[in-house]
Amino acid sequence: MFELRDKALADEVVSKLRNASVHLRFMHVCGTHQETLVRHGLDALLKGCGITVSQGPGCPVCVTTAREIEEAITLARGGVTVASFGDMLQVPGRSLSLQQAKTEDCDVRMVYSIEDAVKLAQANPSKEVVFLAVGFETTAPSTAAVIVAGPPKNFSVLSCHRLIPPALQAILKMGELRIDGFIEPGHVSTIIGLKPYQLVSRQYHVPQVVAGFEPLDVLMAVWMLVQQVQQGKATVENEYVRAVKTEGNVKAQRVMQQVFTAGDVAWRGFPVIPKSGLFLKPQYAAFDARKRFTKDLAVLANESFPEPAGCLCGAVLRGVCASQECPLFGCQCTPQTPQGPCMVSREGSCRIEFQYQKK
Amino acid sequence: MCLAIPGKVVSIDAKTGHAQVDYGEGTSRTVNVSLVDVKVGQYVLVHAGFAIQVLDQREAEETLALFREMLEMGGGG
Repeated sequence: MFELRDKALADEVVSKLRNASVHLRFMHVCGTHQETLVRHGLDALLKGCGITVSQGPGCPVCVTTAREIEEAITLARGGVTVASFGDMLQVPGRSLSLQQAKTEDCDVRMVYSIEDAVKLAQANPSKEVVFLAVGFETTAPSTAAVIVAGPPKNFSVLSCHRLIPPALQAILKMGELRIDGFIEPGHVSTIIGLKPYQLVSRQYHVPQVVAGFEPLDVLMAVWMLVQQVQQGKATVENEYVRAVKTEGNVKAQRVMQQVFTAGDVAWRGFPVIPKSGLFLKPQYAAFDARKRFTKDLAVLANESFPEPAGCLCGAVLRGVCASQECPLFGCQCTPQTPQGPCMVSREGSCRIEFQYQKK
Repeated sequence: MCLAIPGKVVSIDAKTGHAQVDYGEGTSRTVNVSLVDVKVGQYVLVHAGFAIQVLDQREAEETLALFREMLEMGGGG
């Protein structure tokens, strides 16, 4: 029922797009949208209609910085059990990934949910367990809910949660690319609703459409953006009405506001983006790994973390470079030998491009 | 990361804030439903072990009709 398949309708959208004779560039900020675009060949189909859709900084694992990964590795080397989602464990920090740090006897665990990490802490009361919390607004409420519920005392969170709207503003402000419209991430939007995007449209006069993840969802979103461009509009529309409410998930927003405060943070490929990171409020300092292990993490304070030589992940995440344009793509950099995060994560555009063999 | 899967709520344990969610084809999982107000029989979108939104069955059923209407009204072809 929640799948959306209708070939005739999809053909009609494509035919209308072709007849529209446009030359436009849209950006999306979600790895799942990239997967839909590449897997179903929509990227090529849309290019044939004069429409390029680039992936922006929409992969939480990819935008997590080497410094944050090194924080987790430093804690693991100090005897802490570090738990995180599978993709996050594979991304190289300065030299090793968390997965590779296991060879140094570090206790690193893959979990599917923050609740699995809490169970780990409950089962091992003599061990410190840190959850490396990555993810946008889709994931941050689950971290907040766990903190509010009162996890065990040996559990804490290394928050690397980030917010999408400040990244949209940053990318528009940088102005490296002409962006004619944004396809907004459906699942982030189930939480935040439409309002945060409206500020962006007003400030930068850019059309936006919140979209679902079926091929027809993405095609419709593109068509809705084209309509806005042709009519000179810059509003926020919702294509994904079966999941996204205008106000979002108010309960999830409240728990996020209770636990987190927004602060400035660097994103991979970007300078520091104001108020784009989520940090635990002082009243939850006991569950904040950065507060709990301040001394252990102090060694990283004056360190710098350059990107791997030749790796263009930063440019890929800003949408200014396609995966295939990176000289490492498919040669030194493959899913087996990833040089940067975009080849690691299943939401990274290099990994998706490689997986569907479009070298 | 932001992948979320729809499933049907089969039972709810109000004490723990968890529900049994059926994804079809014999797969069901325990899901934290503390972020949503949901009843047994409704569909939720599940991400990383948490239900993040209750899906609107009526909107889902009407989506294709809505799209057809929008395409007829719009220009471009």
